[in-house]
Amino acid sequence: MKDLALTRRTLLAGASATSLLSLLPGPALAAGGAGVLNVIAFPEPPTLFIGLDQNGSTQTVAGKIYESLLTYDFDFTPRPSLAKSWEISPDGRTYTFKLQENAKWHDGKPFTADDVVFTTKEFLMEVHPRARVIFENCETIEALDPHTVRFALKKPFAPFLMAFEMSTAPMIPAHLYKGTNYRTNPNNAKPIGTGPFKLAEWQKGSFIRLVRNPDYHGEGEPHLDEMYFHILPDAGSRALALEQGRVQQTQFQDLEPFDVQRLASLPNIQLITKGYEFYAPVARIEFNTRVKPFDDKRFRQAVNYALDRKAILDTIFFSQGRVATGPLNSKTRFYDADVTRYAFDLEKAKALLDDMGLKPGANGVRTQVKFLRLPWGESWARFAEYVKQSLAKVGIAVEIESADPAGWTSRYANWDFQMTSNYPYQFGDPALGVARFFVSSNIRKGVAYSNNTGYTNPRVDELFAAGASALSDAERQKAYSEVQKILTDEVPMAWLVEVDFPTLIDKRFTDTVVSAIGVNETYRRARKVG
Amino acid sequence: MDKLRPIIGRLLKSIAIIATIIVLNFLLIRLAPGDPAAAMAGEAGAADEAFMAQLREQFGLDRPLYQQLAYYFADVVRLDLGYSYRQREAVVELILDRLPATLLLTISGFIVALGLGVLMGVTSAMRVGRLTDRLISLFALLFYATPLFWVGLMAIMLFSVWLGWLPSFGMESVGAGYAGWTRAADIAHHLILPAGTLGLFYVAVYTRLTRASMLEVKDMDFVRTARAKGLRHGLIVRRHILRNAMLPVITFAGIQAGQLVGGAVLTETVFAWPGIGRLAFDALLQRDYPVLLGVFFVTSVMVVVFNIITDMAYRIADPRIEVAS
Repeated sequence: MKDLALTRRTLLAGASATSLLSLLPGPALAAGGAGVLNVIAFPEPPTLFIGLDQNGSTQTVAGKIYESLLTYDFDFTPRPSLAKSWEISPDGRTYTFKLQENAKWHDGKPFTADDVVFTTKEFLMEVHPRARVIFENCETIEALDPHTVRFALKKPFAPFLMAFEMSTAPMIPAHLYKGTNYRTNPNNAKPIGTGPFKLAEWQKGSFIRLVRNPDYHGEGEPHLDEMYFHILPDAGSRALALEQGRVQQTQFQDLEPFDVQRLASLPNIQLITKGYEFYAPVARIEFNTRVKPFDDKRFRQAVNYALDRKAILDTIFFSQGRVATGPLNSKTRFYDADVTRYAFDLEKAKALLDDMGLKPGANGVRTQVKFLRLPWGESWARFAEYVKQSLAKVGIAVEIESADPAGWTSRYANWDFQMTSNYPYQFGDPALGVARFFVSSNIRKGVAYSNNTGYTNPRVDELFAAGASALSDAERQKAYSEVQKILTDEVPMAWLVEVDFPTLIDKRFTDTVVSAIGVNETYRRARKVG
Repeated sequence: MDKLRPIIGRLLKSIAIIATIIVLNFLLIRLAPGDPAAAMAGEAGAADEAFMAQLREQFGLDRPLYQQLAYYFADVVRLDLGYSYRQREAVVELILDRLPATLLLTISGFIVALGLGVLMGVTSAMRVGRLTDRLISLFALLFYATPLFWVGLMAIMLFSVWLGWLPSFGMESVGAGYAGWTRAADIAHHLILPAGTLGLFYVAVYTRLTRASMLEVKDMDFVRTARAKGLRHGLIVRRHILRNAMLPVITFAGIQAGQLVGGAVLTETVFAWPGIGRLAFDALLQRDYPVLLGVFFVTSVMVVVFNIITDMAYRIADPRIEVAS
């Protein structure tokens, strides 16, 4: 029925197309044949070699070309990918993987245990910051036979099984990279993975075309023949492209939040919010606890009380998400809702500021602070304005500072800010995506996404260490529950909104979003029906 | 020989100017906070010291600034614009890759603007004070004052969304497999909106310039003489008024022509046109120094070249002007 739905627009388009454009080559439809999926890639990936660049849009495209050993359900249960089975020793120190026997690289060479050893022991350790902190826990990594790999850990590292996600540990072909300079290797321009799709064509600035890999190890997969990734730099064009059917899928932040509901209500489009569990960010304000008045817990709490989270969720993020309660997203493992909450309360905020001795001056201003706003998209500009207005109500005058992405990252990394907003991914597990922002060992000047607030608490360090090495989930939960209580009391940050990204996709396509990495998944099972 | 000397002088001066531009560009973009390593760390959402150090070494940013400048200058002199480690391609390739799309868009916009602008300016000046003049002036003012991207968006709303006549973005129908003339027609179809949008702003500029200049010349003595001689109206307008009124238009056309290669960031963004403007804009955000400098270099060379061509055009339009001056 949905295909029969006629709108004024389709009628008009149809009428004019037949009359005026009969001389021109067909109406402006993108490739829409059987088994062709048109997606947006925004921004244009700088490269498709996922080993060296884990940009958001690089992951979406390269996720079809490269694979890792595992993939994960929405609740993070590991599922086979390049590994078909695995075993963990009772002491939590040995992980043994059996690999797919018929997996091949796109150049025809077989995928073997040597590739896994090379990738995890040499390649990622040299170039990949996120993988480095995981695989440095390994004492030995060895191939037991061509299709068996064993990782022996120095000590138990509970989230180890979460490491084998495509962007964290993408398998890299040893025969092309071993012994070379990875960054200048000529193969970087022609990605060779094991995935269900191969790169066929990349017209810079226009589109990337992937085609079906007929030798894929999944029986009869993939079902789609081609995938096009259209590079559309303007948000209005992206919305229009979906509306006009020139693309059948948008993801992450392709659309401005205010366009999402309208497009989601189109009869042929469905909205999927699952498939972002691995990323599950919390929009937050980070305080530089080294500078006054942010070194005072009462000031940070006052800011927390002065912000109306529900209003931020509804007006800035157009209700796409949930009010956040603490450092962990409720979709991340070991989330605990039993923490200190900061309900919107201007009087409490004022009382805390009074208590600090910050009395309002003649103009009602108690103190002046600077807010370095996040440069990624319009929503963050609106957000900064909202924060400025809110804090003015309790006598905190906010000056908004602007920077472009490189400028922001550089200032954030070098602690050159008073407060700033951010929403980093949590990678499913507090040991992988959350601890890095709070443990004192990770205070590293010049490094973005480390402990940039300068927060230190020995107990927090202990608890994060305990959570990472505990053997049972119950023990881990205990450590992380306590850590969440401490952090929500000391608030080195103000956690505001659990951001939900929307995937909008044409209803004719099924089995697209099937895992915790959603649109960055291989799409090996994705199909077009009807 | 005498005729060539001023040109040689100009060329030598131009080379000095371009050399200065290279040095200034190089230093200017380093004033922006953050470097390519910071940009990449920001996008990846993760970093550590080793990662930053590797990137800086690879980009050659670990050397002192004066050395980097010296190396860059030496490369440019040999016409080597460097390598973009970010995009893993030579800068020349990246620019050449985008050049056809850019020129197609900007030259079409240029022709639309110049042709339509001069035509409307002349019409307006010949019917000064009448309805036609008022309408044309209103139109010119409107498009002169309206931001380009907004015109683009409204054109998309009208012609693409409501009427469905024209494609809203892209340079061709991706995946349609057109070839030869069908493909050319398809590209032309995609070109109408962006070239029209880009052209409209300049149409307004040329209209106003031509009209003002025509009005100034129209009442001069030599025109009255021509009229007194009994020459036909059309001939007077073409030979006597327009030719003398063309100088400001040529000046402005020269400036615009110099920018043709630089692309048009706004138009290219709104219409997803794969041109050089977007390449440069992305390079700026990513601090991809070699690409940005490469585009700057090519653009500044073009500006200098077109300035020389403009000077020649003055001489053709008005033989009284000496190139040497």
